[in-house]
Amino acid sequence: MLRISQQVYDAIRQHGEETWPHECCGVLLGRFTTDSGAMINDVEEAIRAGNTRTDSAHNRYNIAPRELVGIQRSGRNRGLEVVGFYHSHPDHPALWSPTDFAEAHWLGCSYVITAVEKGSARQTNSFLLTGDTEERKAFEYERIEVTGQLEPGLETESEPVS
Amino acid sequence: MKIEIPTTLRAYTGNQAVVTIQAATVAEALNRLTGLYPEFKKHLHTPDGKLRSFVNLYLNDQDIRYLPGREETQVRDSDTLSIIPSIAGGG
Repeated sequence: MLRISQQVYDAIRQHGEETWPHECCGVLLGRFTTDSGAMINDVEEAIRAGNTRTDSAHNRYNIAPRELVGIQRSGRNRGLEVVGFYHSHPDHPALWSPTDFAEAHWLGCSYVITAVEKGSARQTNSFLLTGDTEERKAFEYERIEVTGQLEPGLETESEPVS
Repeated sequence: MKIEIPTTLRAYTGNQAVVTIQAATVAEALNRLTGLYPEFKKHLHTPDGKLRSFVNLYLNDQDIRYLPGREETQVRDSDTLSIIPSIAGGG
């Protein structure tokens, strides 16, 4: 499960609205915790990152590794870990695409996707990258707990993006 | 030198975020790291021994792919090597 404050949740959705019709992307810093035996990726901060895919920013994103090194180091200095990433799907559903899966390598981290339709944030979903190796990885839908409320998740969308 | 381990691979280094290694080159540092933590190797290399394409290595904020010596680049105790898997995608 992904746990996130309303403020941070709103911030990542707003980021997607600001960059529409291009994809936004960023890093989620926080802590890996457990609650009654359940694993929780507990988000403290969302750090905006630049999308280096200027050649196809409407349907691709990439965070420069050097920027990621800096974000990771900055978080570690404050006791925070990289627990996930977020990006937007301009005018596409908030479901992982084959490209999202192929390019996902941070096992145990959450990948949050917000569908942004004509500049307005719609559905936000989170997918946990499970598995113990690159060859056995899988995306699993996970619940998002926004502090004080539960998000409805996949109720409004059902088809994978192709 | 210090090797920074990403969150996703820390389970294979005894949950250590930073591992200190004595080595003369980047390649030697990686060999010693995987010698200390054998389970780490399969996350760094493909089954045929090549560095996985999505694994980036930064020596003091410089991508080693753009250093003349690449993995054979000489290192000092004060250097930091960051192992950072790529993050990309899109719908």
